[in-house]
Formats: sequence, C-alpha cells, structure tokens
Amino acid sequence: MNLNEALPLLVLGSSLVPGLIIFFLAETRFRLRTALNLAGAIIKLLLIGYMIWGVMDNQSYHFRHTVLPGLDLALKADALAILFVSLSGALWLLTTLYAIGYLEDSPHRSRFFGFFSLCVTATVGIAMAANLFTFFFFYELLTLSTYPLIVHRGTDVAIRGGNTYLAYTLTGSAVLLTGVVWLYDLLGQVDFTYGGTVASLGSEYDGQLKIIFVLLIAGLGVKAAIVPLHGWLPQAMVAPAPVSALLHAVAVVKAGAFGIVRVVYEVYGAEFSESLGVLPPLAVAAAVTIVWGSLRAIWQDNLKRRLAYSTISQISYIILGTAMLGLISTVGGVVHLVHQGIMKITLFFCAGNYAETLGVHKISGMNGAGRRMPLTSAAFSIAALGMMGAPLTAGYVSKSYLSEGAQQANIIWAEWVLTASGVLNAIYFLPILYRLWFKSQPPAWPRKHIQARGGKETAWLLLIPPLVTAAATLAAGIFSESNWSPLFWVKIIAVREYSP
Amino acid sequence: MLPGTDRMPDVIPWLILVPLVWASLAFLRGPGRGGRLALAGLAVQTGLAVKLAMQISISGVQSHAVGGWGAPLGIDLYADGLSAILLLLTQVVVLLLVVYARAYFIAHPEGVSYFWPLTGYLLAAMNALFLSADIFNIYVTLELLGLTAVGLVAARGGTESVGAAMRYLLAGLMGSGLFLLGVALVYGTYGTVSIAVLAPLIEAEAPSAVFVAVGAMLVGLLLKTALFPFHFWLPPAHGEAPAPVSALLSALVVKASFYLILRLWLQPFAPLVTTAAAQLLGLLGMAAILWGSAMALSQTRLKMLIAYSTVAQIGYLFLLFPLVTVTSQEAAESALQGGVMQVVTHALAKAAMFAAAGTVILSLGRDDIGGLGGVASRLPVSIFAFALGGITLAGLPPSGGFIAKWLLIDGALNSGQWGWVVVMISGGLLSAAYVCRVLRRAFLPMEAGARFNSPARALEWSAFTLALMSLLLGVRSAEVLILLGIR
Repeated sequence: MNLNEALPLLVLGSSLVPGLIIFFLAETRFRLRTALNLAGAIIKLLLIGYMIWGVMDNQSYHFRHTVLPGLDLALKADALAILFVSLSGALWLLTTLYAIGYLEDSPHRSRFFGFFSLCVTATVGIAMAANLFTFFFFYELLTLSTYPLIVHRGTDVAIRGGNTYLAYTLTGSAVLLTGVVWLYDLLGQVDFTYGGTVASLGSEYDGQLKIIFVLLIAGLGVKAAIVPLHGWLPQAMVAPAPVSALLHAVAVVKAGAFGIVRVVYEVYGAEFSESLGVLPPLAVAAAVTIVWGSLRAIWQDNLKRRLAYSTISQISYIILGTAMLGLISTVGGVVHLVHQGIMKITLFFCAGNYAETLGVHKISGMNGAGRRMPLTSAAFSIAALGMMGAPLTAGYVSKSYLSEGAQQANIIWAEWVLTASGVLNAIYFLPILYRLWFKSQPPAWPRKHIQARGGKETAWLLLIPPLVTAAATLAAGIFSESNWSPLFWVKIIAVREYSP
Repeated sequence: MLPGTDRMPDVIPWLILVPLVWASLAFLRGPGRGGRLALAGLAVQTGLAVKLAMQISISGVQSHAVGGWGAPLGIDLYADGLSAILLLLTQVVVLLLVVYARAYFIAHPEGVSYFWPLTGYLLAAMNALFLSADIFNIYVTLELLGLTAVGLVAARGGTESVGAAMRYLLAGLMGSGLFLLGVALVYGTYGTVSIAVLAPLIEAEAPSAVFVAVGAMLVGLLLKTALFPFHFWLPPAHGEAPAPVSALLSALVVKASFYLILRLWLQPFAPLVTTAAAQLLGLLGMAAILWGSAMALSQTRLKMLIAYSTVAQIGYLFLLFPLVTVTSQEAAESALQGGVMQVVTHALAKAAMFAAAGTVILSLGRDDIGGLGGVASRLPVSIFAFALGGITLAGLPPSGGFIAKWLLIDGALNSGQWGWVVVMISGGLLSAAYVCRVLRRAFLPMEAGARFNSPARALEWSAFTLALMSLLLGVRSAEVLILLGIR
C-alpha cells in the first residue's frame, strides 16, 4: 500500500484510534485524554492540508477494500470530499477545545469523547466515501455514534429526544438502504463520478430510476431535516452544547445534505436529473422547508430551539441550490455547505456560553447580555447577521449566488422564497441582537456559579472557538474572491460536475 | 488413493471424538468439575475446525468413512464449505462461552452440576450432525442433541426450569419422532439413507410416500427450530436457563436444525420442493418476525426479551426459502449467502447478548428491564457488547448482520419479490426498537438503594469478544462466503 492509498485511511484513523483508546481510559486521566483528543485533531488537519496540496497538484487518493465481490468499501479524496473533510477537520478541533472547557468536571467524559471521536470518524468517512455502499456504511455509523451523545445527560428528556432521533433516522436509513441496494442491483457498483452514472442505463429504466431517486432523497432527507421529516431535530436539542454545535454544523444534518449533493451530481448527474423531472419537486420541498423552518423559529423562546428551526431552514438552502440546474446555483448551494457550518457552529457555541456562564437559556432572559459578555455577543451578532445574508459575511456570498442561480435557471419563485426567508431571518434574529446590546442587564443572572476568572467574561476555552469561527464568517465573506476561500474551491467543483 | 501418497491427516472424526472424551472425563470428575477440561478440549476443537476449513478451501469437499467402512454398509462423514462454516462457528462460540461459563458458575454455582459433561456431549452431537452424510445418522445426532439440550435446561432444578425443560423435551421428541417417520418412509421407498445416493433417485422418481416423508421431516425440524407457530417452547427454555446455557441454545442449537432444513431443501429434496411451500415458509418467517418482535417489545424481563428476539430472528432466516426456490441462479446464490451470514452473525451476536445480560443480572441481582438504570456507567463493557450485538440484529453497518441483510435484499430484488424486501427492512427496524428499549434504560441514572456487585472481567470481556466478532464480520465476510461456495 503506497502513501496515496494510505492517506484516506490515516485521515479516518486520526480520530478513530484516539477515540477507541479514550473509551478505555479512566475518568480521571484528564491530561492523557485531552492530549489524545488534540493530537488526533491536529494530525487530522495536517493530513488534510497535505491532501489539499496533493489534490491541487492533480494527485489522487484512493483506497479500496473488497468486502464481497462487487461490493467495495472505497474512499477517495476528490475536490468535494476535500471541501467537507476540511470543514469537519477544522470544526472538530474547535469543538474539541470547546467541549474540554464545557464538560469540565462532568461525569462520563471518557464515554463522551470516545463517541465524539467516532462521530467525527463517521463524518469524515461520509465525506470521502467513493461509492453509495461506503457512504451508507458511514452514514449509519454516524447515526449510531451520535445517539449516545444525544442521551449523554441521561435525563428523561434527553432519552426521549434520543429515541425520537433514532426512530426517525433508522427509518430513514431503511428507506435509503432499499434505494441503494436497488441501484446496485441495476448498475453493479455505484461509484460517485462527475456527471453521474445512471444515465447509461437507457430510457426503459426511467420509471425505476425515479422511484429510486425518491427513496434515496427521502432517506437522506430525514437527516437533512426536510419538512415533514424534520421532527427529530428540535428534540435533539437536549444534547450538550458542543454536540448540538457539531450536529448542526458538520455532522448529522450536513451528512444528509452532502448525500443529496452526491446523489444529484455524481450518481444521477445534474442534466439527467433535470431530464427525469425529479429536480423541480426537490426544489419545492426545499423551498417549503426554508419558509417553514424560518416561520417556526420566530415563535421559539428557547434559544437553542430557535437555532434548531433556523438550521432546518438553512440546510435547505443547500438543497435548493442543488435542485436548480446551473453552474451558479450549484456554487451557491455547495458553498453554503461550508458557510452554514461556520455560522451555525458560532451561534451554538455562543448559546452554550450564555447557558454555562449566565444560566440563560431563553431569549427573553438575554437582555443586556452583550455588556456582560461582549466578545461572545459580538461573535453571535456576526454569525446572526451572516445568517440574514448581510454584506461582508459568508451568508451574503451564498445568498447572492443562489439568487443569481435562480435567475439563471429561470425559477422566479425561488428568488421570492430567498427574499422572504431573508426577511424572516431578520425577524427572528434582530430582536435577539436588540436585547443583547440595547436592553439593560438584569440585577442578577440566574446562575450563581460563574466559571469566569479574573475579569474575563467566561473560560477561555469557551471563548476562543466562537471568536475563531466568527472571524472565519467574516473572512469567507470579505475574501471570497481569493484563491483560498471556500468559494474558489467550490467553483472548481462546480465546473467539474458540469463538464465530466 | 493409495495410503500414504499425499493424504492429509484426517480431522473429521476427531471433531466428534474430542468432545466425547473430555465430556466423559468431566463426568468422572464429578458435579461442577471439568471447566478446565472443557477449555482445553475446545482449544483443540477450534484448531481442528480451522484445519478442516483450510483443507476444504485448498482441496474441496472432504469425506471420511468411519472405521474404513463407507456407505452403503458403514457410516460416511462428509464436510463441505457450509459444514465447515458451522463447525468453525460452533467451536469459536462455545470456546468463548466456556471462558464465560467458568467465571459465571463461580458467582452463581446452582445449575453447574452437569453443565460441563452435558456441554461436551452436546458438542459431540452437534459436530456429528454437521458432518453427517445420511439421514439416519442425522436422526441419531438430532436426538442426542435434543436430549443434552433438555438436560442443560433442567440442570438448575426448581419448578420453573423443570417445567420449561419438560416442554422443551416434548417438542424435541415430537420433532425427532416426525423426522424418524420421514426417514423410515424414505428408506422404505428407496432402500437407502445416504444423501448422495438419494439425490439422483428422488430426481428420477418420487412416489407420494416420499412427499409425506418430506412433509413429516420438515415439520419435525420446524418444531425443533422453533419457527412460528412452533415457537411455544423456546422462550421459557431459553429464558429460564442459566445465561451460558441460554447463549448456547439460542446461538447454536436452533441453528443445527435450521442447517438441516437448508441442507435437505437444497440437496436431496430440491426436485420436490415447490414455490408454494417456500412462500409458506417465508410467510411463517414473517409471522415469527412480527410476533417475536411484538412480544420482545412487551417483555418486562431482560432474558425473556432476548429469547423472544431469537423467535423473531429465526423468522428472518426463513425468508431465504422463497428466494432460493425456483429463482434465478444469481438471486438464489445471493440469498443463500445472506442466509448463511445471518446464521453466523446472529449466533455470535445472540451469544454475546445473552452473556452480557447474564453479567448484568449477576451484578444487579435482578432481571427486570425497569431496574437497569445505571448499567451504562457501571458495566460499560457489557452494555457495549449488548449494543454491538443489537446492531448486528438490526442489520446496521458496520456489522456482519448488515452484509447479511444487504445480500438478502439483493436476492429479493433480483428475483422480483418486492414484498420480502419490505419484511426484511421492517424486521431490522423492529429489532432496533426492542434493543433500544434495553439501552435507553441502561442510560438512566441508578435507582437509589440498588445493589451492585462488580463482575469478574472474564464475564464482561468474553461477551464483548463475541460481539466484536459479529461486528468485524461486516468487513471480512468474503472469507466466509468463499468457503460457502465450496460444495
């Protein structure tokens, strides 16, 4: 096995191996556990950096293990995989730092970090999966490794949330599995290929291919929280803040959206999907989800729940971009995969900070928190403005490409949906910003015990991650035209998807 | 072949003799003794099974004429890929269960009295069954297997155990009685009991007596396999027995009679079986899945839940018959592979789950599901083993159960039998549901004032090893299926 074959495995191993070791560590081995976590996360980032270098240099990274004849576990690092792998790798490091600060002195940390690492391993596996079988393999591993994280606190609410999650996602994957096996039955190995592979079957299979498309998208749509399959997401909010952050930004919902991107572009192919007539219904589903999620968000007083409904809405931006034919909308959709990730993780980090430091869980209790915690609140504000699509932020880039894509694809109503969603986003985010900065502080915060020491607003491990991601939100917006931006990378991907 | 040319040492008879020898020695040493003998014996047997599997994969099907007298006068033993897989599975599972049982009976001495000799005789019977090449010999091994299994259930004493054992005995005797009736009718018709000789004769001509014979044998074996609606004896027998015995019975003993159904269905009786019969078996399998899962979902005791899960999982195995009967070669091959993978992974997973449940019950001193709070933090290894077993049952990646389900669904799609796909998918979800019932409890905090004894490490880790093997088969299934291809 040469290095190019081993590299995808090493990227997986850099979180799998520390995770497995951590399971068997005693609770008290704080230093060793932290060292393993951070070493794994940093090694992963270095490996990913090396792969980015290689991919730009036209190297290809493939790994293949035959499970059964005609059934391979295969990993590859193509441009799209690199995009998602880098996002997961970077956010994993930040979330690990955050989680170390957040879980200080709480019980079962070995179990938590063990599953946390498995969860990231599964996400990276999803990103690098080179065929549908491998994708499904890691997709299920992700389901299973997130369940213990959601029920981590062991309260009744947590366990109910976890069970709802399992019921939704396992049913979804059963549907997905049916579609995958069916496609394998027709095509043999279904490798992800630019421009798709199913078009070669011939028109007599169109009917079957439509049904399979529905099965695949419905299966993936559960995790991507497409309405009406979204019921689990608000309930999964009971998880500890770092888990919610990872769940909403890179792991679970993103895995569903990423799967839809792979299926549309690299299994069916954009042009062939369009000619099958399956894209317009998908676009409608995404549009309904965008509006519905935003509408529901307005009525939530619990901050994390409001953010959860906001996620439902934002993830469907990616799906809408994918469902509209054309280079520009593809760029808008796929780049939002990254942009939504960094913005949403910032919001969840901040929500965790308010809850941990001030004991504030509800929006109605956030009055004046901006003066008590200026840095956290600044990060929160940047991310919220980004979500609304304000200029100079990452969100603006996504939205402008999506709108232009809608024009190009001549889907006028999509533009209306995007505008409406922007307005709704403002309706549910601006009041929070107003409370943060313009209302006066309450005489006492609900939480007596404050972790902050020596004048800082909160523990530095909780503060640095949101500041970094907020800065990234700005950078991705301001420097979007540079050669190192997600946008630049996504343009490369989009061109390849349309000219196989 | 001339003696001494390139003859490999014959391992086949030793697979039967070794357990007979150590079981008898254990019996002589008296009640409760013999764990070490069993361990040594199983280490040897596992080596023999590996050796046999290697011989088969190098030079094809192996056979052995007992005492130098082959069929039609003497007894022929025969091993192909399928037998090798089951032999290997049996020795490995029992080896780990022996490690488990040695620690279990230290903490829980009642019921140990004749555990070791009975286990040895049971293994001898089971190995002989997998190696038999004629239906009369199969009858003998089947009877011996049933009796030793009943003995193991009854060994604990007490009204409940003995009651369960009596039911089991009744079902077992009826089953083997029917099988014997079938054997007699076949012998009366063709004048032979050798499977190899029978096959062409049946293909040429089959009078109605043979149909009756096949029906009787099938029903007898279904009784022993506990396929719905013949499952009535299984939950009490498997639920009441001590944990190592439950594991042994649920993982392996029901598989032995399933193996016979499969083997006879595919080999000598293939010309007689009809699509209607296959569909009927599939429907009974479906009913078993639904009924077993529903019952598992409503049990209050942990071991009864696992026992009903076995009822459901046996149903899953029978879904393979509609897929291998009068379908395309490709569909049949895929379904057969899936079915055998299901047998193997279920055996490992179920042994792991019963063993883990035994550890939990020993530690808590109670076996109601409601009292499982705190187990996830107190017994992480056991609950992990249970969960990994559950993943296999639900057919989720990365487990071997996933590969099994994939192959079965592929077979169903390939033969255009859509309905069975839905059954398979729902069956997996139902398993996930009842496994989750246990896990969610385990994550709850410990009840105030609950008792807790730390278990021996061997208990936790032997179960975990079994579960891990069922999981790892998901990425290493090719070896099993290559072996299966040697017929």
